Amino acid sequence: MKENRVWLVIRYILLIIASLVVCFPILYSLLISLETSEHVSTYPPQLWPHPFHFASYAEALQAAPLGRFLLNSFIMSAIIVCGQIVTSLLAAYAFVYLRFRGRGVLFLVFLATMMIPTEVTMIPNYMTIRSLGWLDSFAGLTVPFLANAFGIFLLRQYLLQLPYELFEAAKMDGAGHWRFLISVVVPLSRPILATLAVYVFLQSWNMYLWPLLTTNSTSMRTVQVGLGMLQNQDALSWNLTMAGVVIISLPTLILLFFAQKHLVKGLTAGAVKG
Amino acid sequence: MQTAATKTTMPVPPRRHMKEMVAFLQASPFLLPALLLFTVFFFYPIVKVVYLSLYLTNSKGVAKHFVGMQQYVELFTSPDFIQSLRVTLEFVLLTVIPGVFIALLLALLLEKQIRGLSVFQTILFSPISMSVAAVSTIGLMAFNPSVSLLNWILSNLFGIPNINWLNGPWTALLAISIVTIWMNLGFSTIVLLGALRNVSQELYDSARVDGVNALQRLYYITLPSISPTLFFVFVVSMIGSFQTFGQVNILTQGGPAGSTNLVVYSIYRNAFFNFQYGLASAQAVVLFLIVLVLTLLQFLVVERRVHYS
Repeated sequence: MKENRVWLVIRYILLIIASLVVCFPILYSLLISLETSEHVSTYPPQLWPHPFHFASYAEALQAAPLGRFLLNSFIMSAIIVCGQIVTSLLAAYAFVYLRFRGRGVLFLVFLATMMIPTEVTMIPNYMTIRSLGWLDSFAGLTVPFLANAFGIFLLRQYLLQLPYELFEAAKMDGAGHWRFLISVVVPLSRPILATLAVYVFLQSWNMYLWPLLTTNSTSMRTVQVGLGMLQNQDALSWNLTMAGVVIISLPTLILLFFAQKHLVKGLTAGAVKG
Repeated sequence: MQTAATKTTMPVPPRRHMKEMVAFLQASPFLLPALLLFTVFFFYPIVKVVYLSLYLTNSKGVAKHFVGMQQYVELFTSPDFIQSLRVTLEFVLLTVIPGVFIALLLALLLEKQIRGLSVFQTILFSPISMSVAAVSTIGLMAFNPSVSLLNWILSNLFGIPNINWLNGPWTALLAISIVTIWMNLGFSTIVLLGALRNVSQELYDSARVDGVNALQRLYYITLPSISPTLFFVFVVSMIGSFQTFGQVNILTQGGPAGSTNLVVYSIYRNAFFNFQYGLASAQAVVLFLIVLVLTLLQFLVVERRVHYS
């Protein structure tokens, strides 16, 4: 028993050390963002802001059109989330409730897209978007991501667990596929749709390479790419840069705090980090 | 996955054709949106990238002159590409092995249900919510010798002189690796923790009866039980490391002297700065093959596990 107590204390100590080390970069960016620029550039580095200098945030929002970038990122992520929910739900429904020739093969074909990394297809996709005249537009930012095999797979697994009798009962009541989908399947699938939404939001919000390639103008840049503008401004205002880091990380950190269950579920099922 | 839905009864022959048509028409509005998007943005580009790799292109990326395998030959005899591949492999080793090891330690710390666990869990998972741009920007400051807290700690605790991280070939690769390891910690920890919590309690109980100590327990029960997940995390981390781009673009732009010119960054430069779309496509095909082999490997191992259990 005594030995167990000792181990527990050791476990706590190790957990505290590990937590400090792991969250240090986030804490560090937060602390630097609250310092003045003179304070930041002193050496040896001073960790604790004295006094707290919230003006960095206002300055950061002025130094680059971060507000516009945030709005762009929100619109882009919202479109991708909605698109993936619709396409995934429809396809998953067909794979579970409809019987047609080649269903198994088609499912494998869909799954095969998971083996194709976006970095491999970016050259032709860039050309496609360019020839459609979609560079520097929300269409170019979102359309290639409106369907994803992961979403279909996740929802199909979920729908397979719903009792099939529901479908038979609805059929007896004379409900067609569309009515059954909207009035029975959608309400029952709310938890898994939330998981998918949270996971896809995280992925789209954090996307870097594709927005970098396909957007040029300040008015279409997303927040991840726009952050770079804060570095080029002035090499010494690290407090502004870190304020930018905190601002762009806030939405996903909020997800971590309030939707951790969904995030964890999505990530473990998804296994692909973009 | 046998459900009622998969048990198809065959219709009577004469009406079969009609029925199939109806079933097909019924299914198409459900499947067409995804199918169309997959065709345009996944299948067509994978064919196109192979096609482009066999051609010389103009500056717009239009295939002009068929050269067959010549660009692949060029790639594998070019010192730049060889260096890029070598650096990528070094980067994969530098990130995957320490990354999975640290994640395993964190998962083991979180395994036991103790008071305050959810707080530690949130903190240790927190890297998953950070984007590559945010993390790399923090790295930019952490590795800048004039403000680096990291250097200050290294010099005061270990007497290591001020390192100019991003300007030395080895240290630049190391800096990018550290950023990457940190970024991927959350994900690997979550997945490994899931596996740890699934290890059969009976095995642990019988081990306790046999008087097994903690290290033996870890070695003989825990690690073998989670080995499929451990393997999965290894492969997924490897694939992720092969796809690395943002860290390089923000921290080093491939330098100094190509020492951090990872494959995806090299593709990006060749295509969108040097306008050598054909050559860049050949590189992309090589990357695709590497990722494909890793994915199939993972798939085969998981399949085997399913058969045995």
